[in-house]
Amino acid sequence: MILPPYGELLGLTVEPGDEAPVLVMPFGEDVLGRPGFLHGGAIGGLLEMAAVGALWQALGEEQAQVKPINITVDYMRGGRDKPTRARGSVTRLGTRVANVEAIAWQDEPDRPIAAARINYLIVR
Amino acid sequence: MSETAPSGFDVRRFFALRYASHGSRLGVGYRAHGPDWAELDLHYREDMIGDPASGVLASGPILALMDMATATAVWLRAGAFVPQATLDLRIDYLRPATPGRTVIGRGECYRLTRSIAFIRGQAHDGDPSDPLAHVAGTFMATEGYR
Repeated sequence: MILPPYGELLGLTVEPGDEAPVLVMPFGEDVLGRPGFLHGGAIGGLLEMAAVGALWQALGEEQAQVKPINITVDYMRGGRDKPTRARGSVTRLGTRVANVEAIAWQDEPDRPIAAARINYLIVR
Repeated sequence: MSETAPSGFDVRRFFALRYASHGSRLGVGYRAHGPDWAELDLHYREDMIGDPASGVLASGPILALMDMATATAVWLRAGAFVPQATLDLRIDYLRPATPGRTVIGRGECYRLTRSIAFIRGQAHDGDPSDPLAHVAGTFMATEGYR
């Protein structure tokens, strides 16, 4: 996965995976909200990058442009002073629309700090 | 638009503080406010691009802008800086932001209960009648809004 400039701004690194990459966002001032906690916008941005990473991987070599139509984020726990990981999962890859989910976690994937559902328009 | 509005929350002072955070990293700034709404802006910058081929901003910074504009609207309506967390946020991306243009996000708190704030908002890049994003969501105050 090649990160766009915004991925660099978030300080992301990519851990390749069989189904989808895991993106890692370090804690720091650049992603800080209220003191000691991650910014909800940075968590949402991380989830969006993880979701699009999963979609790119699912599309493989296919030359397709993807555009986010909407995103719904649920925030479940405050993001603390430690790295945050996120991974997307393509629920359905259609000809024109893809349904993608993403979760972000710090300690264990089954204790997410946030989750998102995103609909993408696929332009082939 | 609105110059001053009665609220115990001093929004100008809050944004003048500019402590190190994601908001200051993105360069989100204050524009205007009213008793239950706030308008913030996000200037176009190449390090926020999501699609290098088109130069269009990533959706993440717009999400962050709307999170901040709506959170600020809640503080204005509550009349104080109350610790709060985003419960959920939904954004419809109506169209891409035009490369080079400043994005303006307006957030509104349309209902405030003891523990939950209901918010909505829109973002545009110059013409409010041609919005690029629409947002709806809820915040929760850990120790109550009042």
